[in-house]
Amino acid sequence: MSDNMSLVPNEQKFQSRIDAEEKVEPKDWMPEKYRQNLIRQISQHAHSEVIGEQPEGNWISRAPTLERKAILMAKVQDEAGHGLYLYAAAETLGITRDELIDRLHTGASKYASIFNYPSLTWADIGAIGWLVDSAAIVNQVSLQNTSYGPYARAMVKICKEESFHQRQGYNIMMTLMQGAELQRDMAQDALNRWWWPSLMMFGPHDAESAHSAQSMKWKIKRRSNDELRQQFVDQAVQQAQAIGLVVPDPDLSWNEERGHYDFGAIDWQEFQRVVSGNGPCNRQRLAHHVEAHTEGAWVREAMAAFEAKRRTARAEVA
Amino acid sequence: MSDQLQLYEVFIRSSRGLDHKHVGSLHADDPHQALEYARDVYTRRGEGISIWVVASRDITASQESDCESFYDPLDDKPYRHAAMYELPEGVDSL
Repeated sequence: MSDNMSLVPNEQKFQSRIDAEEKVEPKDWMPEKYRQNLIRQISQHAHSEVIGEQPEGNWISRAPTLERKAILMAKVQDEAGHGLYLYAAAETLGITRDELIDRLHTGASKYASIFNYPSLTWADIGAIGWLVDSAAIVNQVSLQNTSYGPYARAMVKICKEESFHQRQGYNIMMTLMQGAELQRDMAQDALNRWWWPSLMMFGPHDAESAHSAQSMKWKIKRRSNDELRQQFVDQAVQQAQAIGLVVPDPDLSWNEERGHYDFGAIDWQEFQRVVSGNGPCNRQRLAHHVEAHTEGAWVREAMAAFEAKRRTARAEVA
Repeated sequence: MSDQLQLYEVFIRSSRGLDHKHVGSLHADDPHQALEYARDVYTRRGEGISIWVVASRDITASQESDCESFYDPLDDKPYRHAAMYELPEGVDSL
């Protein structure tokens, strides 16, 4: 046994396991870059779930009805849970929760740029649930098949819960579109502001994507940014039309030959501006997270003190 | 501690990519022995590629008799299910 254990498996062996569609599990040998790449991607995903609670949380106290408020609270609660599944998956790679949070706070680790836009009206809650969660689902469905076991399993759990998120958002938009002109305008305005950032969620075009090639080879990513974006556009355009919304893209048209919608050019300068920290809410989002984390320190300390006290009490009884 | 062997719960991953599933329990002196016993008892026919053993006394379990109060706030939220939201004509799935 010890002889086999001392053999260092090489990257070729690792790659052939990946090529054979075998999953990688936490205690397996893996190239350091695979580990780092996964930590980067999973933690970015986890941070997105958690930071994404902010634009939605903004409307909990102002939801138009008690039912909408209960629904929104349930959704935000789910997002916190998704963050937890993903942080836990990242921790199986040998990084601690504290390190992950620290990387978020120092800016070393990113989160989905779309959450750096403000949620200005109630219709934005509809647009976020419908578009942002739809975009997330398109990506996450493909990640259910990612090569790292704990990440893939977290995705399966998350996808099950996301469909409620997407539907409640679409339902908000549909309800507004059945309302008065002001309500319909509000829904259209929200779509106008969230459409392009939603397309940007899939990241740069395949040719320009920094991490894509290696991630595809390792099967961390299963489908390319452009493929996923196209699928999202095809779905969302039909959904918009079904409730009378107009997608804010003059170049949008059905391409019979490709069997897909053609769409206009994405403003990548805008994308870069927001990714690099200068979107409308970047500073606010991060500052809020730092503040919540810092102000919550006494709760964590109190829980640890309580646990220590209970342990002492149990030891005395025994 | 008495001289009695400890009870361990055994979990097996049947293949890569799947969760470990509880398959049963056994008695052993220590975790390593439990692992070997689990191999002998539960994987004689290629049932799995990875085994976890956990001392049963380390498991904290919810009580089924407490179900009503334990799950009470979770059962009355139909809006957590996608099926509650109707889709308009022209949209088959979402």
